[in-house]
Amino acid sequence: MNPFQFTRVTTPKAAISAVTKESGTYFLAGGTNLIDLMKREVIIPERLVDINKLPLATIEKTSTGLRIGAMAKNSAVAEHELVKKNFPLLSQALNAGASAQLRNMATVGGNMMQRTRCSYFYDNSMPCNKRSPVQAGPEKGQPNGPNGCGAIGGYNRMHAIFGTSEKCIAVHPSDMCIALVALDATVNVSGPKGDRTIPFVDFHRLPGDMPQKDNTLQPGELIMSIDLPMNNFAKNSHYLKVRDRASYAFALVSVGAGVDMKGKTMQNVRLAMGGVAHKPWRLTEAEQFLKGKPATEDNFKQAAALAMKGAKGHGENDFKLTLAPNSIVEALKIATKTA
Amino acid sequence: MADQQHPDESAEHSGASRRDFLKQSSIMAAFAITPPAAVTAVEKGLHETIATRFEQMPLRVTINGAAQQLNIEPRVTLLDLLREQLNLTGTKKGCDHGQCGACTVHVDGTRVNACLTLAMTTEGCKVTTIEGLADGDQLHPMQEAFIKHDGFQCGYCTPGQIMSAVACIREGHADSPDEIREYMSGNICRCGAYSNIVDAIMDVKQGGQKV
Repeated sequence: MNPFQFTRVTTPKAAISAVTKESGTYFLAGGTNLIDLMKREVIIPERLVDINKLPLATIEKTSTGLRIGAMAKNSAVAEHELVKKNFPLLSQALNAGASAQLRNMATVGGNMMQRTRCSYFYDNSMPCNKRSPVQAGPEKGQPNGPNGCGAIGGYNRMHAIFGTSEKCIAVHPSDMCIALVALDATVNVSGPKGDRTIPFVDFHRLPGDMPQKDNTLQPGELIMSIDLPMNNFAKNSHYLKVRDRASYAFALVSVGAGVDMKGKTMQNVRLAMGGVAHKPWRLTEAEQFLKGKPATEDNFKQAAALAMKGAKGHGENDFKLTLAPNSIVEALKIATKTA
Repeated sequence: MADQQHPDESAEHSGASRRDFLKQSSIMAAFAITPPAAVTAVEKGLHETIATRFEQMPLRVTINGAAQQLNIEPRVTLLDLLREQLNLTGTKKGCDHGQCGACTVHVDGTRVNACLTLAMTTEGCKVTTIEGLADGDQLHPMQEAFIKHDGFQCGYCTPGQIMSAVACIREGHADSPDEIREYMSGNICRCGAYSNIVDAIMDVKQGGQKV
């Protein structure tokens, strides 16, 4: 690993100040992704600001729902009684991700900030617009490889079918974020220009012309907490993750489904998909279609067809065009207990 | 800045005087607090900002019950600290990227991958490795169970498997073979001793011994 300077902070203010002061400075939370990327020289920080001592790990009830501190560990959130009782979708999604060891290390904020697992992004000898937005040369001292997109026309079995651009077809790898976007979470951030709140659905972004930007955070901003509004989805929710092995693998496709049922009628539906786009992919059109309708397989299939509008395969990942709608139907069946 | 505990922070505030400081210290044969690596680097004409990255920083951490006062480079992982500097080679380096679980240790009672843990982030923590599991010559019940059930062949993943297995029971995730398989999925065994590992964990769990 390349050497870097190290600063430990104990207040959010000090953290923001330290990360704003010089370029090439990164926050270090659980480190499960950042340290890996540093070992591979995909990211070469000048300085790490260790935020593990910040008092941001509490999980508490609020007047509108639940507030989860950004430094709460993934395992602590998944096992928390209030989360299991009121937001089982989040608990399921967290437990579907990574391994027990990694969940003990990874934080909520860090999970949101994790980078794509696209193999071209991880390999400095391969072209990648996300890792190298411009052609880097030795004269610039940036040994992070050529630009371009190797995945387009290359190995793209794991890649996106929605919202891609000519620059990037990578997917966001998080399971937790699929549950959070489905549950209408909001993100509280603090930065050099003050505090603000970002709807979860607007936190991550599509690649467009700037695939190097995963999210809409401004320089120096620190994630403080996540707010979850109370809902009526706890009884009928399911996180379905389809992957290459039974555990400890990234999703090929995942679906987070929450349904507010009255008798056999779906009063309200939340649907989001993972493994299909550069951001957690909310299926608002399918949700609208299902609202007020009975929970039947036929309705689920029609909703899935709506959700797939605009989907585009890139060769090796064409199977997702079938797997995704089937997964939507399956998740809805399990959530509504009509399987 | 509110956080004044860190030597690095006070150093960076000194600004332009830093290079002089390093040079003077080097003349004084690098006694006291000046990091030798940085001094050597500056003497060899390396730029100061490069040199400071090799600085060693103080770390206090308790490892297997023994309080340690160390000086390390910030880039040193907990795994490398254990193996390369403290000669605790029971913890294994498998993939070094958090994918195999061979480096599993306990930090403040929870299992983590030591390869993705910067040692600096364990300041003030209690670390337990496979060497700290037995009570003298008395093996831990999980170690006994792995021998009894032949829970290994080559043995390379075994320290990580055992540390993970102990945590799996303590966490309350060892109630059935299925649950054990799910919560042990972060530990890869290329010899394929999985079924015996599950048996060993079930045996300890059902035996009700204190882990």
